[in-house]
Amino acid sequence: MYENLETANNPDNLKRVVVDPVSRVEGHGKVTLLLDENNKVQQARLHIVEFRGFEKFIQGRPYWELPVLVQRLCGICPVSHHLAAAKAIDQLVGVDPENLPPAADKLRRLLHFGQILQSHSLHFFHLASPDLLFGFESDISKRNIFAVLNEYSDIGLQGVKLRKYGQEVIRMVSGKRIHGTGAIAGGMNKPLTKAERDYLLEDVDQMIAWSAGAVELVQKVLQSNRPYYDEFATVPTSYLGLTKENGGLEFYHGGIRAKDALGNLLMNNVDYCKYNDYIHEEVRSWTYMKFPYLTALGVDKGSYRVGPLARMNICDSIDTPLAEQARLIFKLHSDNPMVHSTLAFHWARLIEVLHCAESIKNLLHDPDILSSDLEVQGEKRFEGIGVIEAPRGTLFHHYQVDENDIVTKANLIVSTTSNNQAMNESVRQVAAEYLSGQELTEPLLNNVEVAIRAYDPCLSCATHAVGKMPLQLELVDAQGEVVDKLIKHNDGHVERAG
Amino acid sequence: MKAKLLVFAYGNLSRGDDALAPLLAETIEQDFSGDLQLEVLTDFQLQIEHALDIEGRELVLFMDASVNSTEIFTLSELQAEKDKSYTTHAMSPASVLQVYQDIIKTPLPPCFLLTIQGMAFELGEPLSAEAQSNLKQAQAFIMPLLHRPELNFWREQCTGAACFA
Repeated sequence: MYENLETANNPDNLKRVVVDPVSRVEGHGKVTLLLDENNKVQQARLHIVEFRGFEKFIQGRPYWELPVLVQRLCGICPVSHHLAAAKAIDQLVGVDPENLPPAADKLRRLLHFGQILQSHSLHFFHLASPDLLFGFESDISKRNIFAVLNEYSDIGLQGVKLRKYGQEVIRMVSGKRIHGTGAIAGGMNKPLTKAERDYLLEDVDQMIAWSAGAVELVQKVLQSNRPYYDEFATVPTSYLGLTKENGGLEFYHGGIRAKDALGNLLMNNVDYCKYNDYIHEEVRSWTYMKFPYLTALGVDKGSYRVGPLARMNICDSIDTPLAEQARLIFKLHSDNPMVHSTLAFHWARLIEVLHCAESIKNLLHDPDILSSDLEVQGEKRFEGIGVIEAPRGTLFHHYQVDENDIVTKANLIVSTTSNNQAMNESVRQVAAEYLSGQELTEPLLNNVEVAIRAYDPCLSCATHAVGKMPLQLELVDAQGEVVDKLIKHNDGHVERAG
Repeated sequence: MKAKLLVFAYGNLSRGDDALAPLLAETIEQDFSGDLQLEVLTDFQLQIEHALDIEGRELVLFMDASVNSTEIFTLSELQAEKDKSYTTHAMSPASVLQVYQDIIKTPLPPCFLLTIQGMAFELGEPLSAEAQSNLKQAQAFIMPLLHRPELNFWREQCTGAACFA
């Protein structure tokens, strides 16, 4: 609907407004708006301005380093990369997910629930809640967690403690809150002790209660001004994620399911090792982040969303009672089979926090969790694929190794990348509906950031490709005149322009 | 039951001399292994949640590396202060103490900062020769204090003024 705002016809004659950096998100990005003489928006883009190159520099490393190496992609969701890589290298030692020892499987799930709990809590309470509690165009001095702590002290403190609890789950399982170790090829490297289990059990009921309260809070906020919140930055899309075989919500291991904007199944219980048959990525000249799409729908109509909103939209049930109850209420929010409201990402995110807290309690009471039977090995293979549901959505890690166990090829499709098209469409929608024709002010521009923030993008994770980056090199003389220009296109072709 | 004395080291092991505090923390952890009265925590940077780590302690020691320090090491008593770092994900210890005062209803325990001089914080670099020497001297200085966790004694040992950063 707003595709025409991706590229303006005559960009050189337009005013340029830049939101740089986009704040309260992980990583570095910026938004550029091009306006005509009447302040009408002619172009709106979310740019990712950092570049990492992980896929390239992990080549040549031994495979067993991968779960530790790839954690360095991110300080917020390192566990997600750790576990996706671990699932991939399980296959390199001949171990499929169903053959992992039960204790190792459950410890990984515990670690993963802790990760999602802390990441979602950080995002909602620290980064997003100021917008929702004080208003999108509130005074800038209020748009931070300190203001929340001052004016909504109970909510703020609960958020800080929820995140801390998730970090403690990670620390107990992997030794550190950030960049610990835990998963190894074919299992885990240490059991959970009884003391560690009991320590985590002390507060888990409180975490469940606070999570349930947070779900009620966000539901109340989003239902307080329905047409506005429902339509803000909203783009009807397809959705993709892992589910259990029965269609239940699943974060650690399952089949790929996708639904279109009307709720029709596009894929169901597809083996994620065949992801290459279903998903391709497009590169565009103006951003470091790729645009994945479902091949069956083609590049123009195949974009999809992942993450909490996608998971709530594609799953049929949740296997913990309070979260399932919350999901049913969530689904009633829309008259349609799918909830497309972009701000409903927050609601879905908090339902997942509740599910994590309930699941952590269940796992801590599971007798297997204290077992020290943690590792198995099988026949060596030369290719491994690990896919999990990270906090921000479906995360693909794909590696090939040679006979010396050295990584020869790596492909990562990071969650935020899958939301790239939708994030840009949300930015264009907000620019067209709320900014166009107005005198732009800082509070008004925060609307653009609110739209991006709803996706909880992890821009550090999302820019890892190398070798396909479009580049433009300009030679400018002392008077500022461009005297020569070289353009390297996505396919590597270089041309001299102008 | 929380340990009475918390040692909180922050820095990045992969960034040259920024590893000073975590490395000293490893030594302390080994030296006090099994001692339930002292807990060692490490992290890359200070954030809001770390205010909760202070709760229930009787004495807290933060440890950090600094390229701005002119002394090999400095021990200062910390005061709470809301500085500009509160909007970042690399808060100052003083700002973390301010968070504690804002959200925790119990009095703030006495908190100190041990700053160790570093030279270079480049990614992938090992500890510099000067930093290795500084680490040894800082270790020799701090170990007796950890074995004698008394507020007045620590105050007497302070080498820097009350610290807000």
